[in-house]
Amino acid sequence: MPNEAEMRLRERLSKLGGMKLLRGTKLSGELARLQDQLDQLRADPTAEEIWQSVELARHVDRPYTLDYVERIFDDFFELHGDRGRADDSALVTGLGKLDGRTFVLIGHQKGRDIKERATRNFGMAYPEGYRKAMRAMSLAGRHGFPVVTMVDTPGAYPGVAAEQHGQGGAIARSQAAMVRLPVPTVACVIGEGGSGGAVAIAVADRVLMQENAIYSVISPEGCAAILWRDAGQARKAAAAFKPDAAHCLELGVVDGIVAEPEGGAHTDVDAAAQLLEQGILAAFEEIDDLDDDDRRRLRREKYRMMGVLASTA
Amino acid sequence: MSSGQRRVDVEVESKRPDETPDGKGHPNTCPGCGSHYRDDELKQALRVCPQCGHHFRVGARERIEQLVDTGSFVENDADLRSADPLQFFDLRPYAERLVEAEMETGLGDAIVCGAGDIEGRTCDLAIMDFGFMGGSMGSVVGEKFVRSCERAAESGGTLVSVSASGGARMQEGILALMQLPKTICAIEDLHESRGSMISVLTHPTTGGVLASFASLGDVVLAEPGALMSFAGPRVVSQTTREKLPDDFGRAESNYRYGHLDAIVPRSELRATVAQLLGLFEHP
Repeated sequence: MPNEAEMRLRERLSKLGGMKLLRGTKLSGELARLQDQLDQLRADPTAEEIWQSVELARHVDRPYTLDYVERIFDDFFELHGDRGRADDSALVTGLGKLDGRTFVLIGHQKGRDIKERATRNFGMAYPEGYRKAMRAMSLAGRHGFPVVTMVDTPGAYPGVAAEQHGQGGAIARSQAAMVRLPVPTVACVIGEGGSGGAVAIAVADRVLMQENAIYSVISPEGCAAILWRDAGQARKAAAAFKPDAAHCLELGVVDGIVAEPEGGAHTDVDAAAQLLEQGILAAFEEIDDLDDDDRRRLRREKYRMMGVLASTA
Repeated sequence: MSSGQRRVDVEVESKRPDETPDGKGHPNTCPGCGSHYRDDELKQALRVCPQCGHHFRVGARERIEQLVDTGSFVENDADLRSADPLQFFDLRPYAERLVEAEMETGLGDAIVCGAGDIEGRTCDLAIMDFGFMGGSMGSVVGEKFVRSCERAAESGGTLVSVSASGGARMQEGILALMQLPKTICAIEDLHESRGSMISVLTHPTTGGVLASFASLGDVVLAEPGALMSFAGPRVVSQTTREKLPDDFGRAESNYRYGHLDAIVPRSELRATVAQLLGLFEHP
């Protein structure tokens, strides 16, 4: 007997399915998979629930990339520097073992206390960070190491030097590098998936999202400032553009949702890490056995289908 | 904000007059020198100020007239329209904004795609129009750009992209952000089939368009004075309280820092693109 939440989701799916859709839409092929995931979903999130996700995703005690790395990977060795200009500590890269295999890890890193927040630039990377990520990706491709990325950034840093060093181009090229990678890739949005700075390291065979993470085209405050002319309308903006995990799954933007401990990942970091590890391993299981060329082709086909269109024809 | 972090807003869809550097005063009054022109004068001058060389904005249809041999352009995918997957509503419904933009510009969305000849050389074209919701990229812009890439890939030819955009379209939420990897995948496929892409950045090319296809041309050109920054000047100065250099994010600054192959005045753009089309012809 489907519960009310499930019914609401089904209803919304059928509404989407009933739109005039051209090629370029994801829904038809995805309904079955979406329905498989129905039981994992919470109710059609209300405005309050969406805002709760925003707050949990930004919670001061929320585990960051390195909190998960130390719990998930053995023998982790951090790789520093973009070999050109700098080492950007808002984005960490490294090698580690999981299940006996060597992985390349790439993730945004926020700071825990005031001093570390400044050093980590609040998880907002410069182009140097994305160039370090590309360096780690090319290493992964060379050695056949699968890549895990952890996405947690308010956005790429909007500063004068960042622009001078080519922020837009670095984000574009980092995505292109992920599109080209011959190895299996899994991205996890573990906190804030803020716009271009997030998707720069989130173009993967499987994209996962933690239950209370958010993934969005702009911050709620930024959207409110532009469309409502008032940053204080952030709640309304978030309710309108729906950055929560359930909506991202429904729209085909992420492939799966990773559960968090009751109350959010920060309430039990060990348990959250264990759930994330299981999610990552399960995702790799789906893609490990594919031929490299097939995997890369399927990855591109997945992104080819992103979007919803109408037609006058 | 619970975390005490500074918020940053990197996708700017700029439509307010006070946000558009060219938007002050009458559209045919030059913001560079104050000269005023009749529309036909300005059109005749390729919308470049004859007094000071300021480059006014050019809509997609007029850009095609400027670039492409007369009568050679054939438009593709003109029937595509934005759906409203989020049923987005801010002060007004997205659906209403779309209708209004179509009425104002006569365009189905912020990009016009097709094939044409430039000085006798055939190419695919993807031309953006800032007048349609700030040239913002949603599902339709992404899809039409991708189909242009696919057509160029099929013929092993060249795609000429002319961008003018405030970034991703907020009203399509996360699906707008997904147009970044979508367009990038198409360029990767184009490159693998030995096709090429010439990217022309015009004022302004910011946010998600700069952070995706516009930056990935085999050759990247810009018009003089074009703003091409990931974050807009207002966002940067408000977030960082840094004093911005006079040429912040402009083509001239980007050229100095190595992000552009050339700055090409509009009067030379057609000849320059034609030259490049010749250079990228495969035997």
